[in-house]
Amino acid sequence: MKICVLVKEVPDAAVDKRIDPETKRLDRSGEKNLNPFDTHALEAAMQVKEGGTDVEEIVAVTMGPESAVRALHKAVALGADRSVHLTDDALSGSDVCATGYALAKVLEAEDPDLVLLGQQSDDGECYTIGAVVADHLKMPSLTQVIKMDLAEGKLTCERQAEYGYDTVEVELPAVISVGDAINEPRYPSLKAIMGAKKKPLDTKAIGDVGIEGDRVGEAGSRTAVLELKPPPQKEAGEIIEDEDTAETVEKIVAWLEERKLI
Amino acid sequence: MAGILVYALHDDEGNFNKNSLGALSEAAKLAGELGTEAAAVVVGDVADDAAAGLGAYGVKKVYRCKEAPEGLAQPIVDVMAKVIQDNDFSYTLFGGGLLGFEIGAGLTARLNAGVTMEVTQVNVQDGKLVAERPILQDSQIANVGYVEEPGIIIGRLNAFDANESGGTAEVEDVQVELSEWSTKAKMVTRGEQRGADVNIEDANILVGGGRGLGKKENFELAEQLADSMGGAVAATRAVVDAGWYPYAAQIGQTGKTVAPNLYLALGISGAIQHKVGMQNSENILAINKDQNAPIFEFCDLGVVGDLHKIVPKLTEAIKAKQGG
Ligand SMILES: Cc1cc2nc3c(=O)[nH]c(=O)nc-3n(C[C@H](O)[C@H](O)[C@H](O)COP(=O)(O)OP(=O)(O)OC[C@H]3O[C@@H](n4cnc5c(N)ncnc54)[C@H](O)[C@@H]3O)c2cc1C
Ligand SMILES: Nc1ncnc2c1ncn2[C@@H]1O[C@H](COP(=O)(O)O)[C@@H](O)[C@H]1O
Repeated sequence: MKICVLVKEVPDAAVDKRIDPETKRLDRSGEKNLNPFDTHALEAAMQVKEGGTDVEEIVAVTMGPESAVRALHKAVALGADRSVHLTDDALSGSDVCATGYALAKVLEAEDPDLVLLGQQSDDGECYTIGAVVADHLKMPSLTQVIKMDLAEGKLTCERQAEYGYDTVEVELPAVISVGDAINEPRYPSLKAIMGAKKKPLDTKAIGDVGIEGDRVGEAGSRTAVLELKPPPQKEAGEIIEDEDTAETVEKIVAWLEERKLI
Repeated sequence: MAGILVYALHDDEGNFNKNSLGALSEAAKLAGELGTEAAAVVVGDVADDAAAGLGAYGVKKVYRCKEAPEGLAQPIVDVMAKVIQDNDFSYTLFGGGLLGFEIGAGLTARLNAGVTMEVTQVNVQDGKLVAERPILQDSQIANVGYVEEPGIIIGRLNAFDANESGGTAEVEDVQVELSEWSTKAKMVTRGEQRGADVNIEDANILVGGGRGLGKKENFELAEQLADSMGGAVAATRAVVDAGWYPYAAQIGQTGKTVAPNLYLALGISGAIQHKVGMQNSENILAINKDQNAPIFEFCDLGVVGDLHKIVPKLTEAIKAKQGG
């Protein structure tokens, strides 16, 4: 069987994300990284392979600018056998509708038995690409999966939905986006990191996979951002650093008392 | 007709989801402003009067597809795509939750339609709907419009309030042939409650425990602190998924919504899906060792420090006060 894992390059998390204490704005210029949620999808692919299923290959797939190859190198270091980079000027500015369509076209060309994704992209926070791709590929799908067992061409998946935990049986081929509780991603070995650039990497333009130019990019997007504005100002809370714990506790207790909470 | 179509989710007992009802009321309000009507879609075994009763939230019509099962997105994509196309709906609106994301995303592909998610407000501009969507960890708000109809709007949890104004809706049964792939996922069990049945909704004081507690056993710290103040203990999805604490205590998008007098967050990052379930708490106190944790953006008192050092002493101090 063949597994494709969708991965995305995002601005480096935690470290850079909230670096500007003055403007409290996200600094998006930070070093780019592999979307941390996608490492769970890669790990899930590796566990299927190591769990005794005959997996011929794990292919990491991304759509993004030239720099996105770095995310592919990291994906390969984490276990993917090769990678596919969909990159084309025509794609820039794609919304969810356009991105999902374009990714589905690349995947169609790969013809996988299983497509895995992360629960969300750290920068886009859309939670939707998996279900968009699945409908294009005409495959069953499920998001936020935290347990996945494969037997006889069927996945038994568990996930938390509105009313508690659901157990769902999904026939392959399928598109599954995994929640971050599904596994603890491994760290890449130094050897894997060094070898990552030597693994096959295909670069595709839209024409290579039959993507219609007028369905992607800004022109093909079905939504348009009309305006960006700051959120309503909320009075900033008081922040204290714990230097002397006895003092910190005194401050907390005083705060609670002042508000008649104790 | 050009109206607004809403999916109304229900549980196995037939109770409609509060966020779906909120979406119905919101759609009815917006439809009024647009000079059109709002309607609902229900699937599965929904009784006539239950379906018609959705009219109380302002919808005039309810499309019911009995053959499609409730609980999985793809059959509902089939149903909604057909209802939207047959009746020329201009927009479809989902309340916060999980299924709405999956159905909305499926419809995006099926109808080549624009989608917005985590929407906190919808406005009418020049006869069209514009969605307000917070982005980048809620540090900016994007006003997003649709290039063409239909447009798909997925609301954030608790963004829309349900208003009962009375009235009953006309119920129309629709027959929809499900796509082949929509029948390849099957629900085995739905809504399993993992862990003890604890009550957090009636507590005036809640101590929320997150992954920062480190391990299951450390929930004792949260329990002792809650005991000292006569409160209860709540949890994040991360720790519930890990089996550290019962699902019944989970706050957030796929858990409960609470608004206690005091919410005391221990080792909780403050992810949006958690925030939406507790942001209306009267007072929010957070202890987190990472000064960049998002929770510090919306708490009233933030303590940057190691909870393992602070919490035992805090519990002692409060006990001393309460005793004295
Ligand atoms: C569709 C969907 C639905 C979701 N539904 C929910 C939901 O209903 N409820 C929910 O809660 N989440 C939900 N989530 C998950 C949510 O996005 C977060 O992943 C989750 O809330 C994180 O939980 P956490 O804060 O416990 O863990 P983390 O985000 O890992 O945060 C742990 C925090 O603890 C701090 N910490 C660590 N050690 C210490 C220490 N010694 N002292 C002090 N602080 C420490 C860290 O700095 C960190 O900020 C959902 C996600 C999705 C995609
Ligand atoms: N440009 C992209 N290229 C490849 N995969 C993507 C891209 N955008 C999103 N994804 C995948 O979709 C998942 C969910 O992203 P999102 O819907 O944007 O929150 C991510 O975890 C990735 O697996």
